[in-house]
Amino acid sequence: MHECMAKYDSTGTRACRIELRALTYDVAGTRLIDVPALTLRPTGTTVVMGPNGAGKSLLLRLMHGLIPPSAGEILIEGKPLSPEQCKAQALVFQKPVLLRRSVAANIDFVLKARGKDRSRCRDLLDRVDLGSLADRPARRLSGGEQQRLAIARALATDPDTLFLDEPTASLDPESVQAIEGIVAAAARDGVRIIFVTHDVQQARRLAEDVVFLSNGRVAEEASADAFFNGPETEVARAYLSGHLDGLVET
Amino acid sequence: MQQIGEAIGLAIGLLLAADADLLEIVTLSLYVSLSATSIACVIGLPLGAILAVTRFPGRGPVLVLINALMGLPPVVVGLIVYLHLSRSGPLGFLGLLYTPTAMIIAQTILIAPIVVALSRQVLEDLHLEYAEQFRSLALSARQIIQALLWDGRFALFTVALAGFGRAVAEVGAVMIVGGNIDHLTRVMTTAITLETSRGNLPLALALGIVLLALAMAVTAAVHGLRAGTAGHADA
Repeated sequence: MHECMAKYDSTGTRACRIELRALTYDVAGTRLIDVPALTLRPTGTTVVMGPNGAGKSLLLRLMHGLIPPSAGEILIEGKPLSPEQCKAQALVFQKPVLLRRSVAANIDFVLKARGKDRSRCRDLLDRVDLGSLADRPARRLSGGEQQRLAIARALATDPDTLFLDEPTASLDPESVQAIEGIVAAAARDGVRIIFVTHDVQQARRLAEDVVFLSNGRVAEEASADAFFNGPETEVARAYLSGHLDGLVET
Repeated sequence: MQQIGEAIGLAIGLLLAADADLLEIVTLSLYVSLSATSIACVIGLPLGAILAVTRFPGRGPVLVLINALMGLPPVVVGLIVYLHLSRSGPLGFLGLLYTPTAMIIAQTILIAPIVVALSRQVLEDLHLEYAEQFRSLALSARQIIQALLWDGRFALFTVALAGFGRAVAEVGAVMIVGGNIDHLTRVMTTAITLETSRGNLPLALALGIVLLALAMAVTAAVHGLRAGTAGHADA
């Protein structure tokens, strides 16, 4: 566990409150992210949804400290996001970037770099059902296997918060199911999950709460039940019904 | 054409006879050029990786300078090393002039910029692919450089080969600092120069063919090594 990062709630689950204050991100005079205030619940699985270009991936990168905001701040448990806090997070990209070495070596690299117990490698691979492929070149795995390896590598850092940026995009249903199972297991283990997807059915399966983005702004933030059963905004209703034409700036 | 045919026959004859003089020259050529390549790689690969990963004021001019040094004229390098190693030079007390060590020094200076410049380009391209993942993993610069050098090892073999090719084919610098002394500092290229000046063209051509075969053999060996291990990494 990372010192001074996550706290524990009354049930013993890791709690990691993320707050965004007056957060903006501009590129060439265009505001791509504009979030006046947003406080994510400290535990569980939050799904960030929205149409293409809504700013979902950008928001994830901002919260993970990969890109600095133009203005505003990101607070983790009330403290401004610091390099040490970023170390307590992990991000799984839509397209996994794996090292040119074996499956096991990809995990071992992270365990060694982070000073973790390297004997956990096998256990981590078993968690994502890649134990039998440990010696195979990572880049020769299928797309679904590569993404599972990327998740195992992220989990090797013992993150308080795990960001996943559309990790199942363009994967077959079996791989999607496997990845959702791994993510759900991680959430049960107390890892805070922030999951980006534009797949409504997937969001229904995973989400405990939903942040719905549109044109870089938070159009709606609600519990999963409230969001899926009675979205408050027209754009969210249109998105859920699959009729978004004309409601999103391009 | 007749001379070329004669040369090929002579080259084959020299090789089949395992001519002692030829073997000595080939061995010294390999020793000098492989030593220079190894030293240039030990210095140049980490330097190339640092340049690939770091950003600092003046980096642009440094890259321009290193790229320019790739075209260093061997005779100029030979002359500079000669001036330093000659008896009246600052390093004259070492007594290295006209020794294989002086030839290694000259060739190292000649090929180190090639290794730095090419490895910088190779590793910068690789780093572009890995950069966001590395930032997400919060790796230190040292960890990033180590990872890039390991993951780029097959491309870096080619960089080393380019350095070796330049070294083994070079004549100006080793001629000046080595002196082409028989049984001491005579290598393939200086021997070819000598035989040509003597008008012994078939022997010069034969030595040229051996030199070419040698370069191809080293390239093939590296290629074989790469092919044999690539399956473990999917380079």
